[in-house]
Amino acid sequence: MVKLNMVKALNLALLQEMERDPDVLVLGEDVGVDGGVFRVTEDLHRTFGGKRVIDSPLAEAAIVGTAVGMALYGLKPVCEIQFSGFAFQCFHQIENHCARYRARSQGRFHVPMVIRMPYGGGVRALEHHSESEEQFYAHIPGLKMVIPSGPRNARALLAAAIRDPDPVIFFEAKALYHAAKEEVPEESETLPLGRAQVVREGKALTLIAYGAMVRVALEAAEVLQAEDGVETTVIDLLTISPLDRDTLVSSVKQTGRAVVVHEAPRSFGPGAEIAASIMDGAFLSLEAPIRRVTAYDVPFVGFAREKANVPDVSRVVAAARDTLAF
Amino acid sequence: MPRTPLDLRLSVDHLSILDGDGNLDTALEPDIAAGDLKRMYRTMVLGRRLDERMVRLQRQGRIGTFAPIKGQEASQIGAVATLRREDWMVPSFRETAAMLWRGWPIEQLLAFFAGRLEGGRPAPDQRDLPITIPVATQLPHAVGLAYAAQYRGDDVVVMAFFGDGATSEGDFHEAMNFAGVWHVPVVFVCQNNQWAISVPIKKQTHSRTLAQKALAYGFPGIQVDGNDVLAVYAASREAVLRAQAGEGPTLIECVTYRLGVHTTADDPTKYRSEAEVREWERKDPLTRFGAYLEKKTLLEPGLEEELDAEIARAVAVFESLPPADPLTMFEHAYGELPAHLRAERQEMAERLARATPDPAAGEPLPPPPMRGQRKTSRWSN
Repeated sequence: MVKLNMVKALNLALLQEMERDPDVLVLGEDVGVDGGVFRVTEDLHRTFGGKRVIDSPLAEAAIVGTAVGMALYGLKPVCEIQFSGFAFQCFHQIENHCARYRARSQGRFHVPMVIRMPYGGGVRALEHHSESEEQFYAHIPGLKMVIPSGPRNARALLAAAIRDPDPVIFFEAKALYHAAKEEVPEESETLPLGRAQVVREGKALTLIAYGAMVRVALEAAEVLQAEDGVETTVIDLLTISPLDRDTLVSSVKQTGRAVVVHEAPRSFGPGAEIAASIMDGAFLSLEAPIRRVTAYDVPFVGFAREKANVPDVSRVVAAARDTLAF
Repeated sequence: MPRTPLDLRLSVDHLSILDGDGNLDTALEPDIAAGDLKRMYRTMVLGRRLDERMVRLQRQGRIGTFAPIKGQEASQIGAVATLRREDWMVPSFRETAAMLWRGWPIEQLLAFFAGRLEGGRPAPDQRDLPITIPVATQLPHAVGLAYAAQYRGDDVVVMAFFGDGATSEGDFHEAMNFAGVWHVPVVFVCQNNQWAISVPIKKQTHSRTLAQKALAYGFPGIQVDGNDVLAVYAASREAVLRAQAGEGPTLIECVTYRLGVHTTADDPTKYRSEAEVREWERKDPLTRFGAYLEKKTLLEPGLEEELDAEIARAVAVFESLPPADPLTMFEHAYGELPAHLRAERQEMAERLARATPDPAAGEPLPPPPMRGQRKTSRWSN
């Protein structure tokens, strides 16, 4: 075991996957000599050289588009988009091609590639550097959408994403990059995609979160226990799409109450799909409406107002109390 | 620190070998084996005949919308004829003749344009990407394929097709730039057919040629008479050899003309003159290549009838295909069917089974109630 923050843990996953499989290569802006603006690809260029760790020209559509071509040839490219806010410049390549090539070619081709992007707020950043856009990718059939919540699962999920035969959008919460260190096994480790984890168990309520919001949900659960004597289940989705509906439904069948937390705006966000899935599977068990604690439905707000927009512990606790009192 | 002109040595050639009046520049005439010449002509005529047949099939509602190639046969065949089987072809959506050359069965193309995805599936050993519709977005794929080939050390060339309109798209410029920087074995073949639906080339770019756009990205561009199959072949051959020799990408602008509609949903009389079309009909690529072959006594008698019979057989095969099975739509979304798609597939299977009941089984069953569904509604009267 080594104690690593999320940046180092992701770096370890890339290093080990590249050692394991010569078809894995990395491309993006500043990922080579510079090691990435967040240092996730640090030293890979030195270890594997510029043909495998490619400092690409500054063009998101061609980063993803050429990676599609590489994947069609049989390589396993891992693209880095410097900030998720810039991915709209390659969104057409993701939606039109990454997601569809297997279907378009009726299985003759598939696109085993990963697109890593830092997302989310909490780092006092400018516009396009602090948004959460997971809902766009989670909505697209053919893609997988993964968001880890800590160093160990980040490392294991990235390794799994690289080995997955389908294109995976891999969001990394900037707020978590240096937030905490965790014991990570030195030996390579993977986690199955499409599987959520119950990270805290309680009978009264189910809190559902992912990415940086898992920490918020866990802290809220602590407050609810300390102040209200309420035992709360917390589910860490890890994969947004395909959604692990079974884990959500079986938890709510026991608790009867659910609150979903995410940083993306509320309307048409993952919380809506999660709530609908719970309604489908656990309607007769529900004791209260499912609540969503999310960012508001406004465009970018600027970091001076970010705290009021992004869910925090007090908003989650308040929503949980409302749900419990219904 | 004076202001001095930089000698960039930038120039673009225009290449014509066999002109519209049948004049041949023997010094530039490419050396093509008789069998290959015959096969090239045969595929160009097949492309033309199939195109005309497909327009009729579309008008009769037997296939859907498609983009005819009439007039562009030389631009396609002159280019793909320089590829080996192990090279890659990356089409856009108006490359029927090139696809025929690359071995796509006619009945499969018909199935594709009849809305069946299986028609777009390349054969397991075929190094062709499927038809790509969003303009220019296939070009970065070509560059990625070429990068991968170079990375693996494979002797492979990638040829990508697109139209004049595509040169206005960002993906075109990004792909050209990446190809130049990475120095990969790609041949970009632009079929400049003068019209992007209703927008003429003059409104598409202020550049005198499209070929010159390559110069900005640090590799050669050449303009050829796209209705002259010998010129297209010669330029493509040179580009393919450069790519194979590790000398990087080339852009070829084939100056040609779309004699027909943009797609079968288009009416070109709204935006271009009959006189213009007439003018280009005089430059028909089939006429001049046919005359060239006639002089070489390589024209096969009865070729058109033979090809029409081949098309008729393929149409019969296409029309005898069993109806598309809706349940297969779930098969290729992911490598492995996720739980929610298993459930959706099951829902469809049950619905379809109810819609087509076994006649021996009597009355169809009513749909089952949802789990937990109330037997009465509080809103019911």
